[in-house]
Amino acid sequence: MRANLQWLVILTVIALAAQGLTQVLPPYFGQLLILACINAILAVSLNLVNGLSGQFSLGQAGFMAVGAYTAASLNVFGLGFLHGTPLGDQAALLLSLLAAAIASGFVGYLVGLPTLRLRGDYLAIVTLGFGEIIRVIILNIQAVGGARGFISIPNSTSAFLVVFLLSAFVLLTHRFVMASQGRALLAIRENEIAAEAMGVDTTTYKVGAFVVSSAVAGVAGGLFAHYLSYINPSSFDFMKSVEIVIMVVLGGMGSVSGAILAAFILTFLPEALRPLQDWTHVDLRMVIYSFLLIVMMLVRPQGMLGRREIWELFKPRSPQ
Amino acid sequence: MLNHSEQRKSVLEAENITLSFGGLVAVDRFSMVLREGELAGLIGPNGAGKTTVFNMLSAIYRPQSGDVRVMDHSILGLKPHQVLRRGLVRTFQNIRLFKDLTVEKNIQVAFHHANPYGFAAALVHTDHYFDIEKHYAERTEELMNVLELGHRRGALAGALPYGDQKKLEIARALATGAKILLLDEPAAGMNPQESLWLMRMIEKVRDQFKLSVLLIEHDMKVVMGICEKIYVMDHGVRIAEGTPQQIQKDPRVIEAYLGMRNKK
Repeated sequence: MRANLQWLVILTVIALAAQGLTQVLPPYFGQLLILACINAILAVSLNLVNGLSGQFSLGQAGFMAVGAYTAASLNVFGLGFLHGTPLGDQAALLLSLLAAAIASGFVGYLVGLPTLRLRGDYLAIVTLGFGEIIRVIILNIQAVGGARGFISIPNSTSAFLVVFLLSAFVLLTHRFVMASQGRALLAIRENEIAAEAMGVDTTTYKVGAFVVSSAVAGVAGGLFAHYLSYINPSSFDFMKSVEIVIMVVLGGMGSVSGAILAAFILTFLPEALRPLQDWTHVDLRMVIYSFLLIVMMLVRPQGMLGRREIWELFKPRSPQ
Repeated sequence: MLNHSEQRKSVLEAENITLSFGGLVAVDRFSMVLREGELAGLIGPNGAGKTTVFNMLSAIYRPQSGDVRVMDHSILGLKPHQVLRRGLVRTFQNIRLFKDLTVEKNIQVAFHHANPYGFAAALVHTDHYFDIEKHYAERTEELMNVLELGHRRGALAGALPYGDQKKLEIARALATGAKILLLDEPAAGMNPQESLWLMRMIEKVRDQFKLSVLLIEHDMKVVMGICEKIYVMDHGVRIAEGTPQQIQKDPRVIEAYLGMRNKK
């Protein structure tokens, strides 16, 4: 139990370091860092479903959208009285993120309960369709701006909060995987029939993983909305879902650290390739990006880290 | 024969269970009783419907008619994980291990159905959590020693040799704590020494863990060597039941396995 306090201190230090880094770095890099961390939270959330429980969801951007719009609406329309002081702004943000998690988790439950009877390609198609439904619904709600987008959301997301939440999610995911409940989920990924025969309530665990994954994606959406202070339904389209899937696959299905590594690479790579455009006068970024993905899938189809974690690479394979 | 089996309590009963796939009747009104502490065998030629019976006994399939009772309670409509909680566990003919997990984790998954600590305890690492995990590690160690898997610590299940995978499946089934054990061809693919070892092992764990065992097996040496009672199936129907001696002499069994003598 005392280790929890130590971890809290460690997470706080990491988050403070990130906050300091964004103050020192040019704003452009600071912004990229925060967006990379938000992407990493999304990748960690999807890793719960695609990596750990072995299902294949293609609708993560939909849950992110639910979270983004819920948090933004609550903060703008409901919590205006808290605004003004820095403390009030942060309190309003935290409440909005909580609401985002609950709303996205609830929507995840509604979608997950019927669809998790499906598996593989079928689940992917249903979740893909669902993500689009959410986007189209939001597009038609005038109260949140419709196609014009939701403007003037308080700009209260800090590097501290984003990095703190990301580190906390990583720690909790790791603890979950090491516990009995985590083993039950991994067993479903490995062999669903055997997991059921060994006493794992597979339906509950699959739906549970889906709900938690949706809730975390909702938090990422809320952070995203409060960072850019403007959101638009097209930020949460099918390509966003695909991007998150690519992060999980590239990092290695089931590897939390791999998902984060991939989220950083995929956020920074298109930006790092920007100078190339000045040089060639053609936008080759997406060509190179796609090419790298193809090479990756040919050379290392299991992803960068496979199913291992970064910290497992450095210790020898001991018997225990 | 020291057989007082008829007085022993029945732990698993199938009563006229029937299942057809399309027009094919895979199992036709099959009945059997497994008694406490008994070691029974289910044999028959390929395609006789043995595994289908197992799938109905473990609730993977639901029989179209008839009833399956575990400890005197019907399991119709339950899911396999609920049947496990009633005390019945099975292994699979085509090994179904959690291939990318270590040997230890494969065994520990089987503890989960009775796991006492909650989700929150796992996330905040309470003392209770550590106590239980320590207890799990010890029990895992015990089971690995019983099945002679101690030298495979830390190995991925999918990387084990075939014989060890079979052992691990049995270890995992024992880890559930269920008292009724259904083994689907445990000796398949084993060489004669391994089969012999397996026979002794099954008897040993039956006595040590107070199990009742039903096994499907093609290796007649194993079946005749350890089973007190044998059920024979052919074309979905039970054609004989009895002790190994009775079964070996039964003309219907000989016919099912070897064909009719004067076939015109």
